[in-house]
Amino acid sequence: MTPSASTAATIPTFDDAVARYEPVIGLETHVELGTASKMFCGCSTAFGAEPNAQVCPTCLGLPGSLPVVNEAAVRFAVMIGLALNCSISPWCRFARKNYFYPDMPKNFQISQYDEPLCENGWLDVEADGKIHRVGITRVHMEEDTGKSLHVGGATGRIHGATHSLVDYNRAGIPLVEIVTEPDVRSPEVARAYVDELRELCRALTVSDVRMEQGSLRCDANVSLRPRTAPGEPAAPYGTRSETKNLNSLRSVERAVRHEIVRQATRLDAGLKVVQETRHFDEASGTTSAGRSKEEATDYRYFPEPDLTPLALTHEYVDAVRATIPELPAQRRARLAADHGFTPADIVNMRNAGVLDLVEETIAAGATAEAARKWWLNELARRAADAGVPPTGLAIEPFDVARIAEMIADGELTDALARTVITGVLAGEGTPDEVVAGRGLKLVSDDGALADAVEKVIAAQPAIADKVRGGKLNAVGPLVGAVMKAMKGQADPGTVRKLLLERLGE
Amino acid sequence: MTDVIRFSAARTAAAIAAGELSALEVTQAALDRIAKVDDRINAFLHVDVDGALAAARDVDRRRALGETLGPLAGVPLALKDVFTARGMPTTCGSRILEGWYPPYDATVVAKLRAAGVIIIGKVNMDEFAMGSSTENSAYGPTRNPWDTDRIPGGSSGGSAAAVAAFETPVALGTDTGGSIRQPAAVCGLVGVKPTYGGVSRYGLVAFSSSLDQAGPLARTVTDAALLHAAIAGHDPLDTTSVELAPPPVVAAAASRDLRGVRIGVVRELSGDGYDIGVRARFSDTLEVLVGLGAEVVEVSCPHFTYALPAYYLIAPSECSSNLARFDAMRFGLRVGDDGEASAEEVMSRTRGIGFGPEVKRRIILGTYALSSGYYDAYYGQAQKVRTLISQDFAAAYERVDVLVSPTTPTVAFRLGEKVDDPVSMYLSDLCTIPSNLAGGPAMSLPVGLADGLPVGFQIMAPAFADDRLYRVGGALEAALEARRGRPFLDDAPPL
Repeated sequence: MTPSASTAATIPTFDDAVARYEPVIGLETHVELGTASKMFCGCSTAFGAEPNAQVCPTCLGLPGSLPVVNEAAVRFAVMIGLALNCSISPWCRFARKNYFYPDMPKNFQISQYDEPLCENGWLDVEADGKIHRVGITRVHMEEDTGKSLHVGGATGRIHGATHSLVDYNRAGIPLVEIVTEPDVRSPEVARAYVDELRELCRALTVSDVRMEQGSLRCDANVSLRPRTAPGEPAAPYGTRSETKNLNSLRSVERAVRHEIVRQATRLDAGLKVVQETRHFDEASGTTSAGRSKEEATDYRYFPEPDLTPLALTHEYVDAVRATIPELPAQRRARLAADHGFTPADIVNMRNAGVLDLVEETIAAGATAEAARKWWLNELARRAADAGVPPTGLAIEPFDVARIAEMIADGELTDALARTVITGVLAGEGTPDEVVAGRGLKLVSDDGALADAVEKVIAAQPAIADKVRGGKLNAVGPLVGAVMKAMKGQADPGTVRKLLLERLGE
Repeated sequence: MTDVIRFSAARTAAAIAAGELSALEVTQAALDRIAKVDDRINAFLHVDVDGALAAARDVDRRRALGETLGPLAGVPLALKDVFTARGMPTTCGSRILEGWYPPYDATVVAKLRAAGVIIIGKVNMDEFAMGSSTENSAYGPTRNPWDTDRIPGGSSGGSAAAVAAFETPVALGTDTGGSIRQPAAVCGLVGVKPTYGGVSRYGLVAFSSSLDQAGPLARTVTDAALLHAAIAGHDPLDTTSVELAPPPVVAAAASRDLRGVRIGVVRELSGDGYDIGVRARFSDTLEVLVGLGAEVVEVSCPHFTYALPAYYLIAPSECSSNLARFDAMRFGLRVGDDGEASAEEVMSRTRGIGFGPEVKRRIILGTYALSSGYYDAYYGQAQKVRTLISQDFAAAYERVDVLVSPTTPTVAFRLGEKVDDPVSMYLSDLCTIPSNLAGGPAMSLPVGLADGLPVGFQIMAPAFADDRLYRVGGALEAALEARRGRPFLDDAPPL
């Protein structure tokens, strides 16, 4: 009897699994720091260069070469640590993590081991309408490896490949590894944690945090333990698996979800969970076993003798602290308090890439609602059509604020405002210049409007009579006809009011 | 012109600066000497004839233009094959680096080139600087010019032999546990391990990063000082090099009396394990020092007895990691890449064939010492011993200015004598290792003969007080030479 045969028939649903087992989840996230040069040498970190164009003796690990610590990388790591409420070590060392792999130039990675730069912090994460505090065990610095390209196989995996090529451009790019306590209890919170961490790094401008390019990668440690009745002590932690290199928020959630069901299935069948690393397959949404811990390398960590210890002064840390901008959670609280935005509004604006633009538009005088509406709907759509980010549109927040002002003053309708936007984006000048140039200003109370009203009433006596008879809703077609006669340059509300006044006489 | 090869570096440079000799003549004389004697010595692994002659012409051209030349301009130098230098292969005495031409100059090499020093070529060494006899080279042993049946010491045996055989007036070596001082001692030369951090390690292929240090080998204290000064100083490419002004070693080498200098004889570095001849020359030398006005006392450094075992945990541990990069992927030897073998198999085959037995022994030792579960008992414990040894030095230097001991327990032994007995070979470095563990500078200089072979005398000083070595060494050398009536190397049998 094979395990798979015995368990195939009894796969629990996710809800059933978490009803009986409590998931215990810890996350290890690697963030590539956005420094101009590498962690230990002067080579460029720019993404997308020709393979092996951004290398030197140090990041190639040539005999005789030595590392020199990049100060900017240390500063960025301290910023992350401070933003995660960590204590910053006044004295710490780098350590060598020894293992052989073709894309590791020195066959050891310069990392940190028992003396990390930052320790004992936390990050508050919102999910399911609640705040979840996730403990941060440590934030440490290390260098990235090169990248192996396996050629000739079907999948790009090493299995079945005829040969491999190595690109060392990535070797030596600075990374921080952020390790949480096993505090996370659901796939949703796991996802929300990575999302919040990504936003935090983005706000600090220490990384471009592009998961699809690998500048933020997440490993999820998942174990299950039986739920115990209230009042009873919690069961000890179960054996965990580590699913590596999750490269999207969705993958984090799906992989954790899959692991919970997979482990519950094994436990239900009386089998043990094997401590091992696993790989997540995007296509199938399942994980598969990598190497098990029994055959795992002994990394033989020891302090890196080529680097002097890192001894950061209080003054240095305080100076870095002073550069930390408003963090995402603080900003959300402020946006809600100052402008009445809901959490959903904020998420939508953030995802559309317009949050900064909305804030700048409000600062330029628009109401929060108008700023949100125009950026999130009209302008985000125009940006998408043009294939540029919203910040790439040729319209400034103060232009949008001016348009909103003209709408509020009754000088433009929404429809006219869209025309004004088209004009601004086409380079016809400021909103006022576009209005003047295209003759778009609303006609609200002059003779032309009164004339148009009279002509429409005269032209459509049957409808006019219905309205006179008290069917006020029948005025709609007359409003439309007046607007047409005015070529749109009238406020429909004013037109309706004028028509009703005239027909009520 | 045969005399030119016997000139000191200082005299050679002075003659070139004065126009009495051209750098080209000096370089050609060195090349001729190498051609004449090196098949018996095997010091050189690579002679860069074209590069050396071009560098010499450049010095002569600069002199002709009226440029002021440095104190070593035009002086030929033998470079230990552990340093990278453009235009020459770097082998580290190992098969695994066969055919590797490094694309960059070590910082010390760049400094030497800028100083107008003529780099004649690369000289032999124990593979990856692991050994005390130069018998661990993949390219055959180097022989001691005093007696070609004997070892020239190691690991900088090629450097020492080249200078003792009058192939070059100076050589650059490296010292991890005594690899400059022990060859200097058994070849009758002055050899100095500078303070750790005093000289850049960038481009020095690492054996044990926390112990390795580059330094001079020369026939006189002043020549050693000139070379020491030329390579010393902070290097932004080596963060373990210190941002301090280099000690005034050249001026110190001119001292001729030692009044007021307190000298401590280390009780733990003497006794039964030392040759009678070595002990006798050591005692004679103490009398000379007293005669120069020094006060000589005995001091105890109780933890020095643990230095050797601590060293043989720390150095192999670091070596096991440092040598991991020799994996056939990017440079050097590649064995068994038949289109079928995996990268791991190619790495394994290459390392199996490319490394010699002593290197493998140390990689295995170090891998074991760093293993999970053994780290605290071995590497961790060795680091504690290292701290205790530093404390012993610190306590001693509260009482004395320098410490002294024999450099080696014996004179040069015969080729093959200790090849099969690694522990006996390791004992060659008994007296030199404490300075590597604590980081302070140390010098060996020749103080006489025992059984017709040179005996070395070691002077140790506190970190960054390298000038004290030269003060004591300079005065001692002058006194001994006055007593002898001729330079020490004149007693070497002609080749």
